[in-house]
This record gives sequence, C-alpha cells and structure tokens, in this order.
Amino acid sequence: MKAAAVLPIATIALTACSGGQDVPADALVIYNAQHKSVGEMWGKAFTKATGIKVVLRNGKDFELANQLVEEGAGSRADVFLTENSPAISVVERAGLFTPVDAATLEQVPERYSTTSGNWIGIAARSTAFVYNKDKIQPDALPKSILDLAKPEWKGRWGAAPGGADFQAIVSAVLELEGAAATKQWLAGMKANFTEYSNNIATMKAVNEGESDGGIIYHYYWYRDQAENKQDSGNTALHFFGTQTAQDPGAFVSLSGGGVLKGSKNADKAQQFLKYITGAEGQKALADSAEFEYSVGSDVSSNPALKPLDELESPIVDPSKLNGQTVITLMTDAGLI
Amino acid sequence: MVLSAPAVLLALVPIWYVADSALDAGWHTIKRTVFRERVADLLGNTLQLCVLTMLACLVLGLATAWLVECTDLPLRRVWAVLFVVPLAIPAFVNSYAWISLTRSVSGLSGAVIVTALSYFPFVYLPASAALRRLDPTLEESGLSLGLGPVAVLWRVVLPQLRPALFGGALLVGLHALAEYGALSMLQFQTFTTAIVVQYQSDGEAAPMLAGVLVLLGLLFVTVEVLARGRRRYSRTGFGTARSRRETRLGVATLPVLTACVGLVALALGVPLYAVGKWLARDSGWEGSAVWDAVTSTLQLGVFGAVAAAVVAYPLAWAAVRGRGLVTTAAERLPYLTSALPGVVVALALVAAFADVDGLYQTTALTVAAYVMLFLPRALVNLRVAIAQSPPELEQAGRALGVSGLPLLRRVTLPLIAPGVGAALAFVFLAVCTELTATLLLAPTGTTTLATEFFTAADELDYSAAAPYAALMILVAAPVTYLLLRQHRRGHLP
Repeated sequence: MKAAAVLPIATIALTACSGGQDVPADALVIYNAQHKSVGEMWGKAFTKATGIKVVLRNGKDFELANQLVEEGAGSRADVFLTENSPAISVVERAGLFTPVDAATLEQVPERYSTTSGNWIGIAARSTAFVYNKDKIQPDALPKSILDLAKPEWKGRWGAAPGGADFQAIVSAVLELEGAAATKQWLAGMKANFTEYSNNIATMKAVNEGESDGGIIYHYYWYRDQAENKQDSGNTALHFFGTQTAQDPGAFVSLSGGGVLKGSKNADKAQQFLKYITGAEGQKALADSAEFEYSVGSDVSSNPALKPLDELESPIVDPSKLNGQTVITLMTDAGLI
Repeated sequence: MVLSAPAVLLALVPIWYVADSALDAGWHTIKRTVFRERVADLLGNTLQLCVLTMLACLVLGLATAWLVECTDLPLRRVWAVLFVVPLAIPAFVNSYAWISLTRSVSGLSGAVIVTALSYFPFVYLPASAALRRLDPTLEESGLSLGLGPVAVLWRVVLPQLRPALFGGALLVGLHALAEYGALSMLQFQTFTTAIVVQYQSDGEAAPMLAGVLVLLGLLFVTVEVLARGRRRYSRTGFGTARSRRETRLGVATLPVLTACVGLVALALGVPLYAVGKWLARDSGWEGSAVWDAVTSTLQLGVFGAVAAAVVAYPLAWAAVRGRGLVTTAAERLPYLTSALPGVVVALALVAAFADVDGLYQTTALTVAAYVMLFLPRALVNLRVAIAQSPPELEQAGRALGVSGLPLLRRVTLPLIAPGVGAALAFVFLAVCTELTATLLLAPTGTTTLATEFFTAADELDYSAAAPYAALMILVAAPVTYLLLRQHRRGHLP
C-alpha cells in the first residue's frame, strides 16, 4: 500500500501544474452581473478605445455580490456591475467600494445615481405588466401593482420571485408602502400568482395564454418584439406609472457600477466607469439590441422605447432599497 | 486507510461548511428558515421525485438489462448500445429538448420523465453486467430444489443483483437530489433549486436547506448500506461459468420490441430531434468562443476524472478489503457530499480559500470541487471492480514475493482496469456538464460548454443554446462508446 501513496501525490502535482492564474495582472477584471452581452459590449468598446484588456466574470446579482463579500479585500475584482441596485448595496454596505471619481458622478443625473457616491447608475429598466391581449382588455388592466393581490386576480398572473429582478421590485414596494402593506401584498401574491423561473419564462407563459398577465422588466418585451415576436406576439405591455402616482409598479430599477477598494488597477477601473457612463458608452447601450435605458451624459435611449421621463416612476433612493428585509418578507410569505 | 485521507478530507470540507453556517446562524434562524411551509413543500417535491425516479430507473434498467442479457430479443447487440447511449445526453439538455418542444412536460410528472430517461442507464449498466456474470448453476440448483421460475428470480437472481441494483439506484437518487439545471428548466422546485435561488437572492437559508439535503443524503446512503448487506458476491466455483440459456419471449416479442423502440425514441429521439431542430435555425455561431468552451471543458473533464479516480482508489480498496465500521463510514461520506448542489460545495471552497492567492479561482481548486462532487461515481465503479477481483489473486502475488507498487501494477490494476476506465468515464461525463461550481470557481474568463449552454437556455434562447448542447453530446459520445465497449467485453461493474 505504501507505493500507492504515489497516486494521490501525483494527482496533487498534476492539478497544481495546471493551476496558476490565467488572467494577466494588468487586465481589468469585471465581475459582471449585467447581461453578459451588455458587459461584453462595454468591455470590447472600452478595450478598443483605450487598449486596456478587460476580462469578465459573469454571474447573477447576488451570486457575485456574495462572492465579493466573501472574497473581501483580497478580491481580484476591479469593477462590479449589477442589473439591480440591491445587490450593489450589499457590497457597498460591506465597505468594499472606493468612491467613484467626482467627474464621473457628474455624468449621471442625481436621480439615477447615489447620494453616497460609492457607486453610480449605468443603465435603467422599468417594471411593466405584460398581458395577453385575448385575455385582458385595456380597460380591465390593473391600475396599480398592488391590485394584483386582490381576489379578482387569483390564478391570473405570473412572476419570477426567485430572481433579483422581481426582488428589486418588491424592495420598491417595501420602500414606498412600508413593511405591513408589503407583507399583506406578498400574501395576496402567494395566493394569486403562478411561479416562473425568470422574466422570459413569465412572458412566454403569458404569450401562450397560460397566464393572463405577468410582472416583468420592459426590455424582455421590446427585445422579442424587435426580433421575431415569437414569445410576445399575443401580448402588450402596460406601465403602471401613468395610472397611479408613486405606484411601486412603475419602479425603475437602476443598474449600478462601482470600483473595488482592493483593486490594483483602480485608475483603469475609474476610467472604465467614466467610459460606460460617458457619451460613448451610453450611446453604445442605446444603439444595441438590449433595450435597457441609458441614464448618463444626456444620451437618449433606444428610440423604440417609451421615454424614461414619461414613465412617471416613483422617486426612490436606490441606496435605501433593502434586499435583506425583502428576502425575509418573501421567505416568510413562502415565495422563495 | 491513511491513503484514504485525501478523499475523506475533501468530502468533509463542504459538510463542515454547512454545519458551521448553521451553527453561526443560530437556532432562531434555523427555525425560521427550515421549519416552514415552503420547506415542507420542497421536502415533499424532493422525496417524491427521488423515490419515483429511482423506482422508474430500477424498473427500466432491470427490464432492459434482463431483455438484453437473458432473452432472445431480436437485435440484442443494437439494443445493448441504445440503452447506454442516453448517458451521452446530459439531463439538462434532455430537459431543454422537452421543454422547447412542448410546455406540457413540467411539474412532478415532467421531472420524473426527464430524470428517469436520463438516469436509467445508471441501473442498466451494472444490472446487465451482473446478470451476465451470474453463474446459471445457482439458478439450476434452485430449480432442482423445487423452486418455480418466479421464485428463482426472486430468491436466487435478484439477491445476487443487489449490489448492482442498489448501487445504481443510489446513484440515481443522489443525482436527483443534486440536479439543478434540468429541474429548474421544468419549473420543478426541489431543495437544490431552492438553494440556488436563495443563493442568487442574498438568502440566508441556503446553508440551512443544504443541511436538510445532507440529512436526506444520509438517509439514502444508510438505506443502501443496510440493504446491500455484507455478503460475498464473487464466484467461488472453479473454471469459467457456463453461459446461460435464453428465455424465449415468444408471442411477447412484438410488444416488447415496440416498448424498446418507444423507450429509445423518448430517451434519444426527442433530445436529438430537438437539438437538430434548433441547430438548423440561425444562431450566430461564434467560432472562437465555442472553441474556447470546448477546450476548457475537455481540460477540466480530464483533470477532474483523473483526480477523482486517484483519490477514490485507496478508499474503494479499503472499503472492500477492510469492511470495518470505520471504513464503511469513510467510504459513504463522499456520497453525502455529492448530494449537495455544486453551488454549496463551491461556496465552501470560496469561504475556505478566498484569501489564498495562487489557489483561489484556479483550475486546481475547480478540480478539487469536482472531486468532492463526483467522487462516488469513481468509488462505485472501483469498488465493484475490486470486490469482483478475488483477493486470493493478490494473496498469491504476495506469496510469490510481489508487493507494493509492482503488485498494484501487475495484479490489481489489470484486474480492475475496466473499473478504472469506467470511473474515469463517469466522472468525465459529469464534469463536462457541471455548472454551478464551475461558475464560482473556474478562473475568471473561463467558459465551458455547460456555462455557455446555460446562459443561453436561461434566457430561453433555444437556438443559441443548441450548438453547445450538440457539442456536449459530441464530447460525451466517445466516452460513452468507451464505456459501452468495456461493458460489452464484460469488463464493466
């Protein structure tokens, strides 16, 4: 048996040889929770403009946020980009960001940024109600997202409570309506809704008439409409903001970007944030097929979209959105 | 026993992490996150899925094995191939195929259909190998002692198949416990899908749910140990066993053939048709991105397979030849770990190694995660192979003055080589389709076929996912062929 000891040692040696960092030290490492395509688009454009190499680590909002917190100051990450603000707040609260350069902060209106200056808005998306045109007539649409908890909506709508997207919407409900009302709304939701794995699955189900309507972000619908309408041909999109003032259903969620304190390429990282919130980066977003809203440097969003300032979204401070309480409330309601 | 330490230590890391998180969170949090309705629902879903899938796989695996090995079913050599090939199709590709063709496959029934069609070869392979190796004289003894054919099957044949059937069923059960991709696409919630959701949403419940999953795994493993017993399963007779007489199917031939065609159509036809259909649409192949994914998948697959087999060998050896309480416990431990979803194992490694420069987010640590997750696949194959190589041969070698490495090289390895091959193949297949641990641990910028497939499939972009699905099947095909050849020569456990 003694000789068999060679085997485990050989393994360890073998794997050790294959180890070693594959990422060059001077490359900018971006933990990208934004859509992979958005991260890649910005990364490529930035490299083209500056010659700085960019490597992406793709994941979802809280996956990467949790990983950054776990990694702490030793993280190799230089920049963190999210889809929604609750996840970036997790990293901010852990004290892992260095302030964004003042000049960069000035590129984005205060409305779409933070008061702390630890991170900055890079794009935005609006909550919307997608509905099947055969199942719901325009005059029978819900006036407020809160209506969906009422008994008349039982079994008629769907959503993806497991995703960070929907949880950001719930955080807006919490911020605008308070804990007691949110709790009640979630209980009504649990009784009424059908669970789907993500926004696209929700939209597809609505399109196929499985659900009458569903809560999604706007761009999934616009993207499909621009492609082939395969998953949205029978549907229309309804924005709550024009119906009820300060309705949480009109919540516009902010995607954020921040520079990690432990970054060894902090200058390049700041440069990257400046680039993507600048005219070039924001225009690249508007010109792409992503259909997310541009928020910086007065660049107008994709012309197919209903303009951001016409959505009458409620005023919410993104730094105040509390992911943890939302998860507790949703857990207690049995939604996740 | 000492050489088994790496395997045991590796298996302990994630379990320690789960226990530690639970202790940290405290009783109050455990109570709030575990003892609630949602968890009861998840428990119900998970248990129903596991039990139904195991039963379905036992029935399908045993029936197909018996048809191929013991009857005069026409085209048996073809069927013998077709019943193994589903191994080349990852469960989540199967799931993607079904869901992209019809939305009616969902919920518990959909989940059982897809997992059973994906996993039944795990029972078919060991069952048909064991059936082939049975000495018909035992059955004849039974018959001559006055037992009827049914009684012979029940009292003579099935007891000899126990290690094969229970080992196969255990693998199926643990797979079902840890399955994420296939089930999330079917909108069927289990502990594993809920853990991933919790993790993706800043939930504190993930480690608690993982704790419950460990207990479920413990239950499965204990049942298997108790059911397997401690008998001898290698032949004691001299010479070569005579080959068996075939059972004639007679009038049943046509219905049985139809059933076989149906099974293969569902397990192979559906996924191949769906992948082909989506592949035919324009999906904007990006050659270099696809090539990167292929090479890193192959590299990780080979490293993972070799590392798992090497770490598993001493433990498998100790478990077979030692057979004490301690070795049995040590050998079962990796099964528990493998019941955990990849994300939990990865989190444990992130927690333990995030500040270790030069190890964190390297291929080495990723491979370590694969070993933790897939050790049982290597163990099962090695253990059966070692159990079936008569200890007398090793003893004879020692008596003739050969020991240590030469003994391993000249006696043990040639005897168990097919088992080693199978162990490598099974782990390779598993690594090629691993998702959640790879996402967290692989070096930044690394993409694999599974991660790329999932990025596309998650957005229900079926045509963008299709090339990766096709490539996963292509990568798996030669390995499956290898398994098949070993199996045909009677080398596979």
